[in-house]
Amino acid sequence: MSLARAPIEPVIIGAGPAGIRAAQTLVQAGLRPVVLDESLRAGGQIYRQPPAGFTRSKQTLYGTEHKKADALHRTMDALAARIDYRAGALVWNADQASLEVIQNGTMTSVPYTHLILATGATDRVLPFQGWTTPGVFTLGGSQVALKYQGCGIGSRVVFLGTGPLLYLVAYQYRKAGADVAAVLDTSTHADGLAGLAGMLRAPSLLAKGLYYMGWLRAHGVPLHKYVRPVSVQGGAQVSALTYRLRGHDTVHSIACDAVGYGLGLRSETQLASLLGCAFDFNSQDRAWLPRRDAAGRTSVSGVYAAGDGAGIAGADAAELAGERAALALLADAQLPSDARRAATLDNRLLANARVRTALERAFPFPADWAADLNDDVMLCRCEEITAGTVRQAARELGAHEMNRLKALTRVGMGRCQGRMCAAGATEVLAHALHQRCDAVGRIRSQPPVKPIPISVVHADQQKVSL
Amino acid sequence: MSTRLDTEVAIIGGGIVGASAALFLARRGVPVAVIERDRCGAKASGVNYGGVRRQGRGIEQMPLTRRAHEIWGELPSLIGTDGEYVRSGHLKLARDQDDLDALADYRDRTRGFGMNLEMLDRAALDRRFPWVSHAAAGASFCPQDGHANPRLVSPAFARAAQAASAHILEHTRVTRVERDAHGFRIATESGPTIHARVVLNCAGAWAGAFAATFGEAVPETSIHPLMMVTEPLPVFMNVSTGIQGGGVYARQVARGNCVIGGGRGLTTSEDLARPSGEDIATLLARAATLFPRLDGAHIIRFWTGVEGNMPDHHPVLGPSSTTPGLFHGFGFSGAGFQIGPAAGEVLCDLVTRGESDIPIDAFSITRYLPTPTRPILDTTHAVSNLLEISR
Repeated sequence: MSLARAPIEPVIIGAGPAGIRAAQTLVQAGLRPVVLDESLRAGGQIYRQPPAGFTRSKQTLYGTEHKKADALHRTMDALAARIDYRAGALVWNADQASLEVIQNGTMTSVPYTHLILATGATDRVLPFQGWTTPGVFTLGGSQVALKYQGCGIGSRVVFLGTGPLLYLVAYQYRKAGADVAAVLDTSTHADGLAGLAGMLRAPSLLAKGLYYMGWLRAHGVPLHKYVRPVSVQGGAQVSALTYRLRGHDTVHSIACDAVGYGLGLRSETQLASLLGCAFDFNSQDRAWLPRRDAAGRTSVSGVYAAGDGAGIAGADAAELAGERAALALLADAQLPSDARRAATLDNRLLANARVRTALERAFPFPADWAADLNDDVMLCRCEEITAGTVRQAARELGAHEMNRLKALTRVGMGRCQGRMCAAGATEVLAHALHQRCDAVGRIRSQPPVKPIPISVVHADQQKVSL
Repeated sequence: MSTRLDTEVAIIGGGIVGASAALFLARRGVPVAVIERDRCGAKASGVNYGGVRRQGRGIEQMPLTRRAHEIWGELPSLIGTDGEYVRSGHLKLARDQDDLDALADYRDRTRGFGMNLEMLDRAALDRRFPWVSHAAAGASFCPQDGHANPRLVSPAFARAAQAASAHILEHTRVTRVERDAHGFRIATESGPTIHARVVLNCAGAWAGAFAATFGEAVPETSIHPLMMVTEPLPVFMNVSTGIQGGGVYARQVARGNCVIGGGRGLTTSEDLARPSGEDIATLLARAATLFPRLDGAHIIRFWTGVEGNMPDHHPVLGPSSTTPGLFHGFGFSGAGFQIGPAAGEVLCDLVTRGESDIPIDAFSITRYLPTPTRPILDTTHAVSNLLEISR
């Protein structure tokens, strides 16, 4: 005789590689998870599907990764009848028993007993002179334009930054017929060599990277390393990008009408923060991440984190981590959970982490950035706060950590709530205080995770009197 | 082994009350130390709505709020920043005729305190403030009330106090307070042990526990006012607005963001509170109803804070009834931002002159104690008072 167990209500936030594999694993165990996804179609950022009716092939859309994309999309399609899938659902607030969700202009509360956060990542950007000029996009945004809307960000584009996405997006643009004026990489040849040993563990990844670079060169696209951007020129639209090479004063200029820009990725951790998960500073990601065990358990019982939202590891690792977190959830709920499979996933995740470390060596974060930033550069574009204002607050107003900086200057207080500006503000504040960037803390998240319309109505709302 | 700090006055709590008391004391040359468990102005003083209004306060608070109004007028010379303080005017809306009657009665009762309240009927409201919904029946207008940015003002009081040579000890949690014949000995978790002749209890929502250890248990509770802010919008709210009976209040800052409050958040721990789902939905609906121009706007942030509340919504302000040298200034019940600096000045006067020109009898802690007035007995402070307020 077994004791009757209260039914569990698992919820997964995000339908990218991690979320889909987590859902599949829970369904295989006989559960019917709720899957809340902000996008209208499943796939996440990397395997984002175009709107219904678009006819480009997956090979065109996803290149070398089209088989993985197709497998995930098919998995999700096959799950449709066995999960409670809610597309276009923004989870804007969370507490320890329920989630606040807006879908089609209506606000609902979604209860849960177990929660898998598979919230993904965005580009990480650091400001420089002119970075808010119309025509400057993130690398991910540039890719979304191409993948989702079938258009480019400009006709003559410079790609700037670092990370594997830099060369991939440049390749995709050139392949789609855009004039790629240059690829400007902030990393160095020495960085590339430093990462090489680790990359040899992932020969296909290395081969792809080398292939994109070689292909771009063969097609006449100039590739430069050691780059530090100086400024984006132009008023209503980008007209040129100027840059110099590290250690050199000569400023070069490239005419262009758009810039795709990014310095790796940053995890979307606001929900974990709202849920009260403990965070640790991760020096590889140079970011505060929810503390989790190898299986994805956070410090809050019943809350799991998987995929790039828990720390940058890439799409392949996200699939593994989503499945792994779901197995942990099953075990914690005392449901049958495949321990051998879990051990296999643990090993593969570990191997993946080593490759990720090598990638970070090959495309390191430009840690000297803040030192070069002029005072008049806009750091927080929502609230229009300059680097100089932040430095002044550090010097004169006692802004010794990020929340006090936010209170005194409004950095991180605008529409993005720090999602975009916090990386740069942290660097500038830490530099101004002569501290390491982990010493200035992180912005405490406040709801909503993204702006919500004031006109939103609660599903069970009575007429409200004044 | 902790170090020792000797001072004349130790202030527990670096909110706007404690920090302004420190500022006034330091300016009069009194050695003073502020002991703040977080950062000065990080709690209710720094995260409140930012209303700087006299209108709506009870008659008992009129002398205090009038004095505060004068102090706010000198803000830049006092704390080195205007704190985005504007005397925009404060509009108190009426839902119906009963509300209008109540507002007219309030105007009559508070005449002589310089508020110059104007009653506006529906037509006048439409003419003067056309952005207010027709759901309002009229209003009372106080032309010189206004609003300010608490995130700037409250920490600036502490900085000004420090510049005037007050000791500011932040991230320093008081663990124990003892009193003996020589004065107070205040132990802290990580900082020095402070010896002082006088202690000011300005610990906000945490002050009641402190008072209780000196035999003055009062029914202080915590409240968590719910607030939200929109993205920047074209400026249309040219005054700060509230409604008779409470429920929703709003102001628009120069940058264009509308700051809107009403309802309550939830406590998550002793120190923190957070917005709650149900009250958020109500607040959204109320704001959209009352201010039609918010239609289409986005809310970019909700927040709340932890504020000490008294049953009669008046603060506890004045000397302890049990312990010589101990003074209270807490329980401002969601309305302490405007009167905070005047309360700080009153505390300074009580310490340095033994009296205040502002009548504060209504705020005496004795109103909550079993016997109407308890004389201070010398035997009381001969016994050392042990206080355990760490968790």
